[in-house]
Amino acid sequence: MALQSLDITRRSATTTPSPSQRKTQEVVKLIDVSKCIGCKACQAACMEWNDTRDKIGTNHGVLDNPMDLTANSWTVMRYSEVETGRGLEWLIRKDGCMHCADPGCLKACPAPGAIVQYSNGIVDFQEENCIGCGYCITGCPFNIPRLSGKDGKVYKCTLCSDRVAVGLEPACAKTCPTGAIVFGTKDDMIHHAEGRVADLKSRGFAEAGIYDPLGVGGTHVMYVLQHADKPGIYHGLPKDPSVSAMVTLWKGAVKPIASFALAAGVFGAFFHYVTKGPNEVSEEIEKEFKDEK
Amino acid sequence: MKNDPKKLLRFTPMERANHWLTAIIFFLAALSGLSFFHPFFFPLTQLFGGGVWTRILHPFFGVAMLLSFGGMFFRFKQQNVITPADREWLRHVREMAGGDDRNMPEAGKFNGGQKLLFWLFAACMALLILSGIVIWRAYFSFLFPVEAVRVASVVHAAAAAVMIALIIFHIYAAIWTRESIDAMLYGRVRRAWARQHHPAWFRQMTGGEK
Repeated sequence: MALQSLDITRRSATTTPSPSQRKTQEVVKLIDVSKCIGCKACQAACMEWNDTRDKIGTNHGVLDNPMDLTANSWTVMRYSEVETGRGLEWLIRKDGCMHCADPGCLKACPAPGAIVQYSNGIVDFQEENCIGCGYCITGCPFNIPRLSGKDGKVYKCTLCSDRVAVGLEPACAKTCPTGAIVFGTKDDMIHHAEGRVADLKSRGFAEAGIYDPLGVGGTHVMYVLQHADKPGIYHGLPKDPSVSAMVTLWKGAVKPIASFALAAGVFGAFFHYVTKGPNEVSEEIEKEFKDEK
Repeated sequence: MKNDPKKLLRFTPMERANHWLTAIIFFLAALSGLSFFHPFFFPLTQLFGGGVWTRILHPFFGVAMLLSFGGMFFRFKQQNVITPADREWLRHVREMAGGDDRNMPEAGKFNGGQKLLFWLFAACMALLILSGIVIWRAYFSFLFPVEAVRVASVVHAAAAAVMIALIIFHIYAAIWTRESIDAMLYGRVRRAWARQHHPAWFRQMTGGEK
């Protein structure tokens, strides 16, 4: 939820334009995995700014804590120990909503205005409109939204839309001690990321690259990866994510067409009646049974 | 008199009650489900106390439908076994719809169209129940991989659209064939009606009289 109201590019389950007179610059949060030290300051800052508190969990023998995103933990650090050509590498990825340009959650959502996309690219849940069906979870190619057991609403990273609206950077970017998370316009962030990729390549990471998957129209959270050719090694980051064909089919043109077909069926029945008339007992048979009425 | 004993008993009180219970639950399930089908129908959630209530209630309507339709299924399935005569009836269905019943083979208690509809209802119901469990987020979806939930979402929407189309057809056929709604409301039909629409059943009921 946020303050913006005049710069809505898309609104879930809405077939007419939303207020979109105001045009804001496309923003991106760039996460440079190669700079991340896994301190979890971003996790703490996220909870601090958004005033969410997760339950105290148990130690699973790894640094991941909590073990997965929850309705209270909108970002978590994912730690992967991976053997690469360089030997054992410890890859740490800050997981959370990618703020897709083509958001599967918004496409799947049946509740008008429960998910909006601002012209700055942020995809934001408006929980007061959420009906708790979980279709966004079905639509998301990154497995991000989490249904709260407390209120039956779905939660995820807002990219601090409330902070961004007043010219601040997201809480995680603000707090990151190594500069692994930076925030700015998409153009600036791509420029910055290209510099980082060049630096990594000069230091032997031949496959370093930017993660901004086109299958979802690009994202407003981008990664710099040391091994951009194998995003899967970063705790299963999808290589070529896109909104599933099943979701496109489910939410595509077929439904309005089917709705028209059903309406046509009703009209067709009515016109069958007025052209062919009712199916009655014939005069002949009526005569046979005239004793009975 | 509605229930003149000279009339033929077509549906027992329990059959009628079961049918109308199913009909009522169908409307609850269809109207609540349509609100998630396309944004155009979302205002239907107002009938059920808003979006959240509609989301909560719809799957339970499905459970009620499973029980009520399930009852109907077992009550009527024996009478809906499709015979060669029914296939012949279905081959001539266009003539029937055109108002010409001269070439129609004699229908039993249910004609070929009614029987086919019965099995299509059953197939749609099975698909709706199975896919409905998979997409019931509050209790079951976490048991299934996301791709299964996606497929189930498509199956559920498609089966629902087909089911609604079949019901539109079913209701229209009942309006078109005069007095058949009375049969389901009051249970008995005039002998002339039976002779006209279900001659084989008429003979069976009257022991071949007339």
